[in-house]
Amino acid sequence: MSFLQILDQQGWYFLVTLLSGWPATISVAIPSFFFALIFGLVLALLRMARSRLSRGFAIAYIEFFRGTPALVQLFVIYFGLPDLGYSPSPFQAAVIGLGMNGAAYLAEIYRAGIESIHQGQKEAAFALGMTPTRAMRYIVLPQAIRVMTPALTNFAIVLLKDTSIIFAVGVVEVMALARNLVTETLQSGVVYLMAGALYLCVTIPMSHLAARLERNRRAWQ
Amino acid sequence: MEPLLKVDDLHKAYGALKILNGVSVNVKRGEKVSIIGPSGSGKTTFLRCINFLEKPTSGHIFVEGKLIGEKTVSGKFVHVSDTELAKDRQEIGFVFQRFNLFPHLSVLGNVTIAQTKVLGLSQRDAEARGRQMLEKVGLGHKVDEYPERLSGGQQQRVAIARVLAMQPKLILFDEATSALDPELIGEVLRVMRQLAEEGRTMVIVTHEIQFAAEISDRIIFMDHGAVVEEGSPAKVLKDPQHPRTREFLKRIEQR
Ligand SMILES: Nc1ncnc2c1ncn2[C@@H]1O[C@H](COP(=O)(O)OP(=O)(O)OP(=O)(O)O)[C@@H](O)[C@H]1O
Ligand SMILES: [Mg+2]
Repeated sequence: MSFLQILDQQGWYFLVTLLSGWPATISVAIPSFFFALIFGLVLALLRMARSRLSRGFAIAYIEFFRGTPALVQLFVIYFGLPDLGYSPSPFQAAVIGLGMNGAAYLAEIYRAGIESIHQGQKEAAFALGMTPTRAMRYIVLPQAIRVMTPALTNFAIVLLKDTSIIFAVGVVEVMALARNLVTETLQSGVVYLMAGALYLCVTIPMSHLAARLERNRRAWQ
Repeated sequence: MEPLLKVDDLHKAYGALKILNGVSVNVKRGEKVSIIGPSGSGKTTFLRCINFLEKPTSGHIFVEGKLIGEKTVSGKFVHVSDTELAKDRQEIGFVFQRFNLFPHLSVLGNVTIAQTKVLGLSQRDAEARGRQMLEKVGLGHKVDEYPERLSGGQQQRVAIARVLAMQPKLILFDEATSALDPELIGEVLRVMRQLAEEGRTMVIVTHEIQFAAEISDRIIFMDHGAVVEEGSPAKVLKDPQHPRTREFLKRIEQR
């Protein structure tokens, strides 16, 4: 059977099945994104803190999570945490794994963003009586996040694609269903191509959005 | 009477590089003091040490008799916490050479943010005071503009309004007009002159000798991180005693 014939006969079935995985994909991707967004900021602040202990911790964390495969991290969380007395569900393991992994990448993005803000901004805030915390919160961070917007959108795209490994801990998302379909119909080529196309349907608009945001960034940057 | 600002034997070094070598200056309430001197003589460093943007290597700063950035613990001077330092700095306004407006905030946002987040004023009160200060510097019509859309002279006037809104006891100006195109200098000097006439306490680092002569009660000539000569404008500028002052003034005139 040709590619087109398969598509014609079974395409609709494949599509509906694969689409039914999206809720799981999205419901892992979104909380992981926000987890990484918050924890990444915490890490970045620790990374830039005065205390050597916090800096050391942040550096070790970032090195570890960037230097080991996400799949390994996921397995450690899903199969290792129960030894410590907490047994996460597949969904929880996926969010924790992708979130902790993403935080390591975001920490460096935050740091670059924060360090790109001119020293004079902080000094002006200090001179007006702001504490370092207030200066960070009201003056430096809002500007840094604007600088970071394209990198953040890119990160969101990477994160979305990375959800394709979480079938490994038993989350039934797009990739898990694709594998099931392949086992069922043996049409690996068509099925995986369709799965890839589905990811593209989301990631392409996202990169367009990123480009738009980049263009709309105010001239002051 | 106790001086409003007392700088006591200020030293500042970066490693082995000595920038300030024992500067002592007193400024009375309402007094206008201008600091002049060659490039690299430590004028900016001196101003930055007053509000602890730079930590002095030794020496002490007092505003109304209260130590800035330090406290004494059983007779010894120790640095205060970030929170206490921030509180000390509220009393001291600082106008930067490069304005340092907050580009993500509107003009009104620039003059209200510290009022609300530092002084704890309500948004309404802060805006009322902010608008008043912007009126004062002639920018009442620019409240909703963003800094990037303003000329350098306008930006510096916003920066001055931002400082005024904090109602500091003392304002430090670090070459407030040096980053400006010549045609924009006048509007900023006019605002500064107006503040001087209101009787505010000001310490002004400037290369505008003529302006300094007109508004200052006292001129300080600094060189190599030390006060070389000080006195009334007439005395220092017209009848300088020290050869280095004379040489500096001659060089300035030639420009
Ligand atoms: N962070 C720093 N590290 C090392 N040296 C510094 C630092 N900041 C300033 N300096 C040096 O201190 C000296 C005095 O600098 P300062 O900016 O106070 O001079 P100034 O009198 O304000 O000069 P100008 O008229 O050019 O503004 C300069 O030689 C400068 O290079
Ligand atoms: Mg200077």
